[in-house]
Amino acid sequence: MKTNKIFISGDEAAAYGVKLCRPHVIAAYPITPQTITVERLSEMVEKGEMDGEYMHVESEHSAISVCMGASSVGARTFTASSSQGLLYMAEGLHYASGGRYPIVMMNANRSVALPWSIYGDHRDSLSLLDCGWIQVYVEDAQEALDMMIQAYRIAEHKDVLTPMMVNLDGFILTHTYELVEIPDQQKVDEFLPAFVTPNKMSFEEPKNLAFSSKPDDNTEFKYQQNQAVLKSIDVIKEVDQEFEATFGRKYHDMVEEYRCEDAEVVLVAIGSVCGTVRVVVDKLREEGMKVGLLKIRFMRPFPEQEVKDLAKRVKAIGVIDKDISFGYEGTVYTNVNSAISKVENYVYKSNFIGGLGGRDITKAEIEDMFHKLYAGLDKSREEKVEFFSLNVETNE
Amino acid sequence: MNKVLDIPRVNAKNMTDKEFFYGHKACAGCGGSIAVRLALKVLGERTYTALPAGCMSAVGFIFPQMAFNSNAIITTFPGAASMASGIAMGAKALGQKDFKTVVFAGDGGTADIGFQALSGMIDRNDDVLYICYDNEAYMNTGIQKSGLTPYGTQTTTTPAGKNLPGTLTHKKNLFEIIAAHDIAYAATASIGYPQDYLNKVNKAKHTKGASFIHVYASCPTGWGTPTETSVEIAKDAVDCGLIFLAEYEDGEFKLNRNPKEFASIPDYLKKQARFKHLSDQDIEIITEHRDKKWSRMRKHWL
Repeated sequence: MKTNKIFISGDEAAAYGVKLCRPHVIAAYPITPQTITVERLSEMVEKGEMDGEYMHVESEHSAISVCMGASSVGARTFTASSSQGLLYMAEGLHYASGGRYPIVMMNANRSVALPWSIYGDHRDSLSLLDCGWIQVYVEDAQEALDMMIQAYRIAEHKDVLTPMMVNLDGFILTHTYELVEIPDQQKVDEFLPAFVTPNKMSFEEPKNLAFSSKPDDNTEFKYQQNQAVLKSIDVIKEVDQEFEATFGRKYHDMVEEYRCEDAEVVLVAIGSVCGTVRVVVDKLREEGMKVGLLKIRFMRPFPEQEVKDLAKRVKAIGVIDKDISFGYEGTVYTNVNSAISKVENYVYKSNFIGGLGGRDITKAEIEDMFHKLYAGLDKSREEKVEFFSLNVETNE
Repeated sequence: MNKVLDIPRVNAKNMTDKEFFYGHKACAGCGGSIAVRLALKVLGERTYTALPAGCMSAVGFIFPQMAFNSNAIITTFPGAASMASGIAMGAKALGQKDFKTVVFAGDGGTADIGFQALSGMIDRNDDVLYICYDNEAYMNTGIQKSGLTPYGTQTTTTPAGKNLPGTLTHKKNLFEIIAAHDIAYAATASIGYPQDYLNKVNKAKHTKGASFIHVYASCPTGWGTPTETSVEIAKDAVDCGLIFLAEYEDGEFKLNRNPKEFASIPDYLKKQARFKHLSDQDIEIITEHRDKKWSRMRKHWL
């Protein structure tokens, strides 16, 4: 099969993915490290390679508002942001999911001020886990491109109608270059039909949208919204299967297990760090240790069943979090732990907090995490939330 | 854009009998609802209406009782202009033609929290008519001071007492700030002068790109006035010169009404509970502010 591979960054891969989806309206405000995506999209519009309109909004709040407005008349929309910008959108994120506008967004994961940092961690999107959006975290540039195409199929599905955020690690993915295959436009057009929704204003069938609800019916609206996000689990699986049949690549649905078949000790992670964990797993396997990786792709909806299935088979689970919910745990850990608590067997658990504000997570550190999990198995280490490789003395 | 003469005047004879905003739960005598109702009659069926959080959205969209007979949507409080921009752009990108997108936002939603998005909308010259119905405070939340609350007004966040006369600042100069964007068409109006307002809406309807109308709309609940005097008090405000009727078009300001003599400011103020406490000195400050404004307008806009 003839392939069309080009050497591009993660940001550019996202832009190519969006272009192939033919959105009608793109509205975005620049923020590092998302900027290259919106620059490329602007160039594509200028060159006439895209029919969509690019709106130069004066803020992220307006970016999401423009997308909601365009979606409310049945247009396909795209926005992109990061960090402070994503937080500035927060009101609109809840509004968009409640209004059931299937907007697709690229978020370049970046730390949140203060202190200022333009580098990556997951504190921006994880702090908005409850805003009603489907959240996927990708591991490389190809997955970023492919997930843009899948995202529109998932978000616009009639039983889902929920916006979706595709998360790329800032700099580690957004600014590194890889060979990426650009799918054929005709195939994408066949895979992704035009956006059709009953949830829109039109002159043929005028509607009043985004209304108020009373205590009598608010819970029912929120129940339906929750059902829709749960329903997306099936849709995510269908779409990934069809994607594989069409484009020859698959992403293993909600999670990807790497060498977990007979594993005793597993590390769980999201995003680009999974690549490093794979390398360490391979090394330790060669040394005879039964270790594996669970790459969580979707944080919402959460892969509860997949985590439970794994927890039934293993003795220890560690979770790497580029996040801390101050005063408790990393958010990925809290979610994983909730699923583990639903299985009957005991699993030793630990949370490893690091990579904050763009600090590298090294192979040596990951190896150390596996050893600490083994130490938990022979009871020489307690279950705990540990900031690893701290450069300050602690009395812990 | 079209010149004034090309557009047929709107009057009682040629105005539609159709209603696009009714069955809502606004207070008796609500000036804002009059501003919305009249404008939608001019704009007609092929209209997308966007309203931020505020009185008109609160009284018009209580599920399952929807009060707009044409397309309408509530936006976030700061996002009225940008959501309307998205509607206009989305509909255009879908190939729709011959329609108008309109915003109805209150004074707080416009001059305060929604101002950034409004400035962006005008800067991009998006095809949206933005109508600010100004009742001079955050009425929906219970009469708090906004950037368009005039000096001396008693509100729940600017109570008048021994130490303070109520609101200490004058109204933000909204119309001129909007005009400074070099917008294609902007106007001020009052529901006390409906014919003037209707024809300004009509002019804006025929303006391609961004347009703006600042319409003075009384609020019996917030102002402490009898419900049956809403239109009259909105006329009084213009007649005493505290509210002016003007346009900005083709880069020029125009005063639509330039009375030789103003009606009495104290008479206008004393009809309203929100101004009952004002001292002679306060009224003097208000009068001086009006005179200064008018001398500037007469010097530059005539």
